[in-house]
Amino acid sequence: MSITIIKPGLFDTIQDLGRDGFADRGINPGGVMDRFAARLANALAGNPAEEAVLEIHFPGPQILFEKDALVSITGANFLPTINDEPVATWQPLFVKKNTVLQFTRKTWGARAYLSVHGGFCINKWLGSASTHIKAGMGGYAGRKLERGDKLAFQKPLCNIDQHMEPASNYKVLPWRPCIDKMYENLHQISFMEGNEWNRLGQPSKNDVESHPFYLTVMSDRMGYQLQGKVLQAGVEEELVSSAVDYGTMQLLPGGQLIVLMADHQTTGGYPKIGHVISAHFPKLAQLSAGDPIHFYPASIAQAETLLFSQEKDIAIMQRACIDHLNPFL
Amino acid sequence: MNNYTLYTVGDCCITMQVGSNINEEWSEKVIAMQRWFQSHPIIGLKDVIIAYNSISLQYNPLLVKQHYRPPGTISAFIKEMLVQAYEQATIVPGEQAVIRIPVCYDREYGPDLEWIARSKQLDLEEVVRLHTGSVYRVYMIGFLPGFPYMAAVPEAIAAPRKKGPAPVAAGSIGIAGIQTGIYPLASPGGWQIIGRTPLQLFHPLPEDRPLLQAGDHVQFYKIVKEEFISWKQ
Repeated sequence: MSITIIKPGLFDTIQDLGRDGFADRGINPGGVMDRFAARLANALAGNPAEEAVLEIHFPGPQILFEKDALVSITGANFLPTINDEPVATWQPLFVKKNTVLQFTRKTWGARAYLSVHGGFCINKWLGSASTHIKAGMGGYAGRKLERGDKLAFQKPLCNIDQHMEPASNYKVLPWRPCIDKMYENLHQISFMEGNEWNRLGQPSKNDVESHPFYLTVMSDRMGYQLQGKVLQAGVEEELVSSAVDYGTMQLLPGGQLIVLMADHQTTGGYPKIGHVISAHFPKLAQLSAGDPIHFYPASIAQAETLLFSQEKDIAIMQRACIDHLNPFL
Repeated sequence: MNNYTLYTVGDCCITMQVGSNINEEWSEKVIAMQRWFQSHPIIGLKDVIIAYNSISLQYNPLLVKQHYRPPGTISAFIKEMLVQAYEQATIVPGEQAVIRIPVCYDREYGPDLEWIARSKQLDLEEVVRLHTGSVYRVYMIGFLPGFPYMAAVPEAIAAPRKKGPAPVAAGSIGIAGIQTGIYPLASPGGWQIIGRTPLQLFHPLPEDRPLLQAGDHVQFYKIVKEEFISWKQ
């Protein structure tokens, strides 16, 4: 085997970019919460963007490496250490076998991603390695990782000693993508009006755009329940269920909002008052209970323009990561 | 006459709503449109979600842009595709086979049957008779993997959802308003639970055709507890 979970974290699951094409069976796409961090984790470790990664919440797991590996840790900063020595995030990292990776403190963000060069050996379910907790399928045995779980690497590395100082346990390679732009103003989240936006009275519309909404402890991979100004729907008429998506802001009967996240259902019947723009999903994914969200309105044209400019930046970063890493492979 | 509205569900999903209520004609229309997209695939289309009276396309805007280079927004381009599907998709009369589903309505499997009977001033047998007396249409699969939304139960047994979700066992049959459904997996849920089927609705293997799909017709029939147990074995 290649890694063993010595001690499980709060919620560690295998995820990739999701399971598309099965909504007609009621199967939602799932996948990583922060697609940017996961794609960059893969680029830094020399993998294609869609390779399965380990999504880690805090407290994180203790992981024993039983084989030499090239890895990267992106997303949230949980101050990772290798045999108690701090190592950098968002950089490629050679790790010697018989060392222990752990996460010591949460300093930024909510979800970290571990990618290993060549990827983990995972049996895909319906074309994806993502863990579907409700169905108990996909990922590692359809569940979060537990003590003693072992994951094999698809492509074990032959010889990393040539890159390492003698007797050292790891080596951090000296490049890092510029991620500041992606996460700047972390709590400022843009949204587009939803089909039921006009059910809100004008005072409630103003409240959405001028008051903070706080993530409650009822915030997980399925959705974030927010606490803020109570919003008043003018119309109470029941809706016929229809499609919802990652980022959909639903108005609950009590006047509070829930923002749907990666493990959302395929359909829902609560009023859709808005939708977070997809360019801000990485920021949204890095928020934790207690964090505020300040909502700002955006148009579809603005949302698309921002997304495309972001994708351009990501493509450049991915290319640069691969070019830098090639001499080491 | 065109009878639809289009709206965005964020920047990666567009919904076309083809009617205002639950009715077979609208359901046939969205199923026909879903079929149309199978024979007219769009590069970058990730999923097609059909519901009672709506069809939604989830797409990857970047892939759509790279492939089609539409002059306006990607969103507007996807809307045009939906309009095209609406205009071109024709309803094909399907076979009307009825799938029969066994249900045990004993109290231990249907904890809310008594509540419905009491609030509707019916005896238990009458609720069961009414629930098994109609053929239901499967309008959509959603909520959970394989969960069929079916309608319409007789008004006499239509019941509101619970105030909050409660634990529900796999195979449970529920009522919410005029809808009836089956929980394929154990899950928290808010529907009134009146019985349980021994059939397995959720088949994880990709090659297995799911027991129920949108457009299917279903009728429930009553079994006793002994039959339920032997079925399970």
